[in-house]
Amino acid sequence: MALLTIAEALNQALLQEMTNDNRVMILGEDVGQDGGVFRITDGLLQKFGEERVADTPISESGIVGAAIGLAAAGMRPVAEIQFDGFVYPAFDQLICHAARMRNRSRGKYSCPIVVRFPYSGGVRALEHHSESMEVLYIHTPGLKVVCPSTPYDAKGLLIAAIRCPDPVIFMEPKRLYRSLKEDVPEESYEIPLGQARVMIEGTDATVIAWGSMVPIALKAQASFAKENVSLEIIDLRTLSPLDTETILNSVKKTGRCVVIQEGPRTCGLAAEISALIMEKALFDLKSPVERVTGFDVIPPLLQAEDFNIPDDKRLIAGIRKVLA
Amino acid sequence: MGLIDSANPLSDKMIQVLDHEGNFVRPALAAKWDDKTLREIYENMVFLRMADQKLISLQRQGRSGSYPSIEGHEACQIGSSLAIKKTDWIFPAFRELAICYMQGMELEKIFLYWMGNEWGSNAAANVFPVSITVGGHPLHATGYAWALKLQKKPDITVSYFGDGATSTGDFYEAMNFAGVLKIPTIFFCQNNQWAISTPCSKQTAAKTLAQKALACGIPGIQVDGNDIFAVYAVMSEASERARKGLGATLIEAVTYRFGNHTTADDAKKYRPQKEVDAMRKFDPMLRLRLLLQKKNAWDEKFEKEVIARSEEKVRAAVEKAEGFPKPKPKEIFDYLYEKLTPALEEQKAYLLNHLKTYCSTP
Ligand SMILES: Cc1ncc(C[n+]2csc(CCOP(=O)(O)OP(=O)(O)O)c2C)c(N)n1
Ligand SMILES: [Mg+2]
Repeated sequence: MALLTIAEALNQALLQEMTNDNRVMILGEDVGQDGGVFRITDGLLQKFGEERVADTPISESGIVGAAIGLAAAGMRPVAEIQFDGFVYPAFDQLICHAARMRNRSRGKYSCPIVVRFPYSGGVRALEHHSESMEVLYIHTPGLKVVCPSTPYDAKGLLIAAIRCPDPVIFMEPKRLYRSLKEDVPEESYEIPLGQARVMIEGTDATVIAWGSMVPIALKAQASFAKENVSLEIIDLRTLSPLDTETILNSVKKTGRCVVIQEGPRTCGLAAEISALIMEKALFDLKSPVERVTGFDVIPPLLQAEDFNIPDDKRLIAGIRKVLA
Repeated sequence: MGLIDSANPLSDKMIQVLDHEGNFVRPALAAKWDDKTLREIYENMVFLRMADQKLISLQRQGRSGSYPSIEGHEACQIGSSLAIKKTDWIFPAFRELAICYMQGMELEKIFLYWMGNEWGSNAAANVFPVSITVGGHPLHATGYAWALKLQKKPDITVSYFGDGATSTGDFYEAMNFAGVLKIPTIFFCQNNQWAISTPCSKQTAAKTLAQKALACGIPGIQVDGNDIFAVYAVMSEASERARKGLGATLIEAVTYRFGNHTTADDAKKYRPQKEVDAMRKFDPMLRLRLLLQKKNAWDEKFEKEVIARSEEKVRAAVEKAEGFPKPKPKEIFDYLYEKLTPALEEQKAYLLNHLKTYCSTP
């Protein structure tokens, strides 16, 4: 056990998987000597050499497209895209190829790649460095989407993603990379994909969050606890496939639900969850499901960025609405 | 005419006019700038380098966001600007403070952008917004110039980008369009040897970046990007060709990134200081000063005056940028579409009401 940040836990997961399985390799921009701009791959070049930690030309389409070929031939590529806003040049490869290889070939080919990248805002960055567009990947049949919020989960989920036989989009909340520490076991472990975690049990309302929004949900929980309001906090951890059972069990128990999402509102995962609850638990609800989300806007540059990102004040207001 | 038509980027040495000691090696190609003009050009170099360093220090003080320094790129940008018109259109990447200023953007607007305010991209000059994503914008320059051609206008477009950008598909696609459609645009690549931590040798196995033009059927030429005379000569020719209907040119200007990639980067992690020190003697500003000295057109007193004038201009620009009104919450909705959509209308009303109720923000 050691106290690790999310960044350190991810680095450890990569190190251990590369040690245990020599098919695992890393490719991306500045992942070698620089250790990635967030240092997630720090030290791996020195340990495994340039063949297994490859600095690529600036070409996201090239990175993901080559990873598809590498994976088909038996390697286990972990591709790093430098920021959320730079994945888009790779969309043809992700959507038209990675997501379809298995189905297209009726199982003859598969695509065991991981595409990792930092996402979320709140770090005063430049344009394209603050996006939360998980829904694009969730909406793409054939991709799995993972989004940890704690160091322990980050390690176990990344290991599970690397071992997963299907393509996994692995979104890392950049503003949590170094903001919290947690005990993380030294040994290698997996957290199965597709399982949400009930972080705190409660009875009065369910708050569903993932990635960057989880600390805000926890803050709201602590503040309501002082008023003797008991909130149940769910961290989804995997966004696709969604753990509908954990969501529905919780909502059936509490009868009230707020979903907090950093990304744009329309057609977001919060909307999907709200539809799910309407279909499967409508008659357990004591009030309509409330969404607290980013707006349907371009993430503003740093001077106005805070107007868009949901914070504890907005979440608390949303929770009061469902409790009323 | 002739430099570009006869260029062979597979085998040529890069075009140089003034060497790093301030001697003309190809005087026939040298612009006939008189001492007064040369002193003005030098003053712009000093001034823009000071503006650049100011943004670095503002970032450190938390008064601005991450910023990519142009130190070392002054001859590329000032030299290429002198060879085109203010009515031409510029499509910058992000390391382009000097070209944006030279083409008429107010310095305070440039500062405002890096301070994280969208109004910094709304200036009167013919300069497109900064393109943070690498490689996409040469296509916009290509499309814009296509329209200029269709509309029979005399102007041209220029996109600026780095060595790293030449690895993107969009870059090839832009050159290919420009080749097929004979488009009046210039692809200006500032090869500063590095793309964050990735050296140019890991970006391509090609010997030059200029030769990438050949496959698209347009000329490519390599020029000493620390030599303002060489940049000016090649850019003048490329611009004349474009205006004459002879189509696009790829210019690879070989220069060096003296600073960190951005203020968020630490180049010590991947680049030996020895390399940077060794490149100092190729500093484009130094080269011009050596020339001025040889012509007895530079002394300490002039340098001091230049610095004093520049400091004052930089100070005034910071003051204006910092005095610019902070964005209002409503602004994040108002520019998405020409008219606010019903969903945005509702979201805007919610935010304004929320801020009034819980945050006492206007
Ligand atoms: C599509 C895309 N991928 C990755 C990045 C991250 N990034 C920002 S600048 C940069 C290096 C650019 O190198 P180069 O084109 O040589 O320009 P320079 O920074 O040297 O001016 C990278 C990889 C980006 N901005 N856009
Ligand atoms: Mg470069």
